[in-house]
Amino acid sequence: MKETRLGEFEEVILLLVGILGEQAYAFKVAEEFEEQTKRSVSIGAVHSSLNRLSEKGFLNSEMGASSPERGGRRKRIYKITALGQRTLTEARDFRVSLWQQFPGLGSELAGFSSI
Amino acid sequence: MNLKFKDKIVPPKFAESLLERLIKDELVEEVLGDLDEKFYQTLKVKTTIRAKLNYWYQVLNYIRPFALKKYRSNSNNTDMFKNYFKVSFRNLRKNKGYSFINLGGLAFGITVTLLISLWVHDELSFNTYHTNHNRIARVIQNVTNNGEIQTWTSTPFPLAEELRTNYSDNFKHIAMAVSWGGHSLTLSDKTLNKVGGYFENDAPEILDLKILEGTKTVKDPASILLSESTALAYFGDNDPINQVMQVDEMPPVKVIGVYQDIPENSSFGGLDFITTWDFLYNNEDWFRTFEEPWRPNFVSLYVELNPNIDIDKASENIKDAKLKNLNEHLAQKKPELFLHPMEDWYLRSNFENGVNVEGRIQYVWMFGIIGIFVLILACINFMNLSTARNEIRAKEVGIRKTIGSAGNQLVLQFFVESFMIVLFSFLVALLLSYVTLPVFNEIANKEITVPWSNVYFWLVSLSFIVITAIIAGSYPALYLSSFKPVQVLKGTFSSGRYSALPRKILVVFQFTISIALIIGTIVVDQQIQYAKNRPVGYSRDNLLSIPITNDAVIEHFDAISKKLKDRRVITSMAKSGSALTALWGSTSGFSWEGKDPNLSIDFGMVHSSYDYGKTIDWNIVEGRDFSREYATDSSAVILNQTAAQFMGLEDPVGQIITWWDRPYTVIGVIEDMVMESPYARQNEVVYFLDEYGGNMTFLKLNPEIGTSVALETVESVFKEINPEQPFEFQFVNDDYNRKFGSEERVGKLAGFFSILAILICCLGIFGLTSFMAERRTKEIGIRKILGASVSKLWELLTKDFVFMVVISGILAAPIAYYLLSQWLSKYEYHTSIEAWVFILSCALTLAITLFTVSYQAIKAATTNPVNSLRDQ
Repeated sequence: MKETRLGEFEEVILLLVGILGEQAYAFKVAEEFEEQTKRSVSIGAVHSSLNRLSEKGFLNSEMGASSPERGGRRKRIYKITALGQRTLTEARDFRVSLWQQFPGLGSELAGFSSI
Repeated sequence: MNLKFKDKIVPPKFAESLLERLIKDELVEEVLGDLDEKFYQTLKVKTTIRAKLNYWYQVLNYIRPFALKKYRSNSNNTDMFKNYFKVSFRNLRKNKGYSFINLGGLAFGITVTLLISLWVHDELSFNTYHTNHNRIARVIQNVTNNGEIQTWTSTPFPLAEELRTNYSDNFKHIAMAVSWGGHSLTLSDKTLNKVGGYFENDAPEILDLKILEGTKTVKDPASILLSESTALAYFGDNDPINQVMQVDEMPPVKVIGVYQDIPENSSFGGLDFITTWDFLYNNEDWFRTFEEPWRPNFVSLYVELNPNIDIDKASENIKDAKLKNLNEHLAQKKPELFLHPMEDWYLRSNFENGVNVEGRIQYVWMFGIIGIFVLILACINFMNLSTARNEIRAKEVGIRKTIGSAGNQLVLQFFVESFMIVLFSFLVALLLSYVTLPVFNEIANKEITVPWSNVYFWLVSLSFIVITAIIAGSYPALYLSSFKPVQVLKGTFSSGRYSALPRKILVVFQFTISIALIIGTIVVDQQIQYAKNRPVGYSRDNLLSIPITNDAVIEHFDAISKKLKDRRVITSMAKSGSALTALWGSTSGFSWEGKDPNLSIDFGMVHSSYDYGKTIDWNIVEGRDFSREYATDSSAVILNQTAAQFMGLEDPVGQIITWWDRPYTVIGVIEDMVMESPYARQNEVVYFLDEYGGNMTFLKLNPEIGTSVALETVESVFKEINPEQPFEFQFVNDDYNRKFGSEERVGKLAGFFSILAILICCLGIFGLTSFMAERRTKEIGIRKILGASVSKLWELLTKDFVFMVVISGILAAPIAYYLLSQWLSKYEYHTSIEAWVFILSCALTLAITLFTVSYQAIKAATTNPVNSLRDQ
């Protein structure tokens, strides 16, 4: 059985794929990651992660269109699967439930759970 | 930057093609596309170089398991390797005796090689403790004396100043040392004998002493530097710096620093303290009262070369630095200075006719070669035993070939096998070396340890294992893998008449080396015995020597003598300027009738008291000993035979010779006494009478009194006179025997190695004969049924080996003769190699061989033929 838990990095990548939609391919994801987190990352690392997430069944992919700045090469576009969507939601709910048990903070975050 | 220009910039081609080659084909398109996009985007905001570097960074970051091409793993190969190991193990387990012989022989061989390598490494690393060892040298000189060129390691003291003033561009540091030896070192009431000397201030710099406390910079001449262990002996945990100590009876000196102990494998090893030259110079008037300061050679002069100057060049530059300061008489010696580099002090310290003739390095070579040979012997065992068993392995090879094994796979298999055995043997050898190292150290007089934590040691060991495995495995691997499967499996395979020939040649080779080693051991031992039996010209029995470090002994000499004689502890006592086992003084000042005025000479010179001759029991050939009855004896001399001969005096007794123009009458001639090396030619020596000086006391103990009682009494009497001085003594006999130390060590090591070589050979032939006897079981059975006697069968099985030993003997004799005559010719007093040595060595080897072979032969010959023939 494949490991179905998400690491922190994987979770962010998965979210970014969702955000980018039709533009979710390795280079763009890496760029977006740097943009959003201010952390530098290599395309290889992101690609590796995307590959792993696909193996876990959270993503699937297909070859997309080509463009001139890529030397006419096509890109691989990733999409979140239903399983991926569910895992993300579960991850979020798990965190929220933990936050709610946090003494003194739980009530402040009460509204958060309804998002 | 010009954007138009930037448009033409492309990602680095090499990185691109590298990536294409490394990553999975299905990923290439998307990845290269992504990287291109990244590259052009980076190019917009950063320089070209940064963009290219970033491209490389991205490429390198694609070296991840998910992206890399999967090289098709040939699982068949791995399985085959597993199989090789398995088969090797089974083979080892199945033939326990054979494996034991193989492993044991190799382990012995490797142990010897390992020990020798450690020893050689230790020898070669001598003096490397000193950081600048390759730029340090000693100034020494070639002088012409008694018609030959001699090399002297001491120089006159004004030479240092001369080099400093006129030759300073050659040297970074110059320092002379004097009086380096045992001194009594005192701290308030504590006096110990310590080794040290008076060194000029640059010495600590030249030796690069590692200062642990204080400083090595001398400001006040009355300073002393202590070694760590010496400081500990006097001060324990207290701070030694600025404490006041005293060397011998000199004024006090202050401790200014403590240096790390200099290790034993340095020429300066065991130097307990260093005090300053200036201090000695300021306190000893005799420095300033020399009538000719350039005459006496008594200081050691060390230099550190300037980094930019070549040692030969510097040698050439200083060549005449002494000569040009000499008067006419001294110039007759034609001294030529040169530099002896520190790296050669230990290993190349012998000079003959002014030319370096190496020295210890010859032993390093010798043992290095022996080590390699012993290893080869062990490898040969491995080869022979592997190939001898060929018929058993032949079937395996046949089957393997039929089911598709390629020739080189089989070669590989046998290499794996030999590699395994060598690896095991190496582990056993490590253990054996570890166990035998203390004994080895004892024999070799070393303190070697196995460098377990040294990376180089393991790297060298690894390459050693691989090389040995290749040497040992190559012949069996090539031989066994060359079998034709059809022949082998049809059962018609026979190894042929000459298949055993290479094996025999290898056995002959083994025996040749062993016999040569045995001959060598015997000859070395003979040479030592020969030198030991050399007539020494005096009697060493019960002769005690005590160094005089204090004037009180000289003042009260007669009183001590009388007291000891009264107590009947000694029969006679005398003092002398020189030890009996070395010549401490020599002079060029003699002249006699008929001497060629231009002849430069150097005679040994000994000043001794009355009774010297009686105490040491020398043999007077002509004339008489010094005697109190003749008042004129203060200007009399006694010559040794060599001196008398050299002077060419026809009837020496009564002749007048002059020493620095003072006339002396020759009153006697004595038989030569061996004072220096027992291997060298005799020196010319002249004996003077001197009542007022002396460096050594000699006591002839009364043989009727037990030695321990006598020593106790002597000590108590000496302590009475000189209570602070530690009592130090030496039996002349022990001192004399020390002269044989180095040769005895060589003899012991050679003996040790020849025993091992023989042992390895025997293991080999034991394996071979047991194997042969096994193969010929049926033949022997049939022969027995047909009436062959046990002795006939024994002959059948042993005659081959006897033949091989005889051939080896014939080969070994000339080789050993040549090498040993070379070795012996280094000694002027040497034995000759006699024929019986060769015969004995061969006979010995033959006996051991027969013994080994006979065990198997008789076992085979006495087996009941019913048992060996029953199964067919």
